[in-house]
Amino acid sequence: MNEQGIAIAEIDRLYERLTREAEAAGYHLNPDVEFTKGLVSSLIINERRYGYWACPCRLASGTKKDDLDIICPCDYRDPDLNEYGVCYCALYVSNAVRKGEKKAGSIPERRPPPAERKRETRKKGRRLTGLSLPVWRCKVCGYLCAREQPPEVCPICKAKKDRFERFM
Amino acid sequence: MTVVHIPGKKSHHIMLYALSTCGWCQKTKKLLDDLGVEYDYEYVDQLQGDEKEKVIKEVSSWNPRCNFPTMVIDNKKCIVGYKEDEIREAIQK
Repeated sequence: MNEQGIAIAEIDRLYERLTREAEAAGYHLNPDVEFTKGLVSSLIINERRYGYWACPCRLASGTKKDDLDIICPCDYRDPDLNEYGVCYCALYVSNAVRKGEKKAGSIPERRPPPAERKRETRKKGRRLTGLSLPVWRCKVCGYLCAREQPPEVCPICKAKKDRFERFM
Repeated sequence: MTVVHIPGKKSHHIMLYALSTCGWCQKTKKLLDDLGVEYDYEYVDQLQGDEKEKVIKEVSSWNPRCNFPTMVIDNKKCIVGYKEDEIREAIQK
């Protein structure tokens, strides 16, 4: 057990799974193994506490639909990797950070404050007509697919079905 | 879980609002421990109901985005995030 009461073997198993999935999709976990395993332990805590992987570095509401955008990997990971080389909690890093060419640090919060998030969900996208199938977009990694329903799990970033939005 | 007091060198009044699960909050806490200063901290994610709402309002009055760690020094200065140099400077003044 670590000091948060999570079994070391459970942390190691999830750490290895996340590493494997990240590398297969062109993402990288933070090479600071101790720091990263601390975050993995926190994901397990949040899974038990809320029922999903709420970002360890954000205060979750506990209501899944309000927290969807901060379920790891969060909607902000990819833009943060592009701009800062790390995601908000620093579980994921860019290749430059992984290779030690750039330093990982604490970055500003990209998630809009609650009032703005509410406005955002009210906006409706423009639909193209005449398509034979709807196009779904993964809000985490941008993967697009044309099919009746989004996939159960994003084949690229492993985000679940409820993270997809109708794109066209 | 409520405010926890960590004894140490008396320098400033330091209040750290943190999340028990956050790596940057842990680093910030460790920095304060290494500096050996007296401080108080509260894990906001471990609070419930009204108590949680009350502390969220408190944090938001200093930092409207209410993200963590939020450190309030002498009820005057607020530092958001693990900004090692800024924290060292503010505390060692």
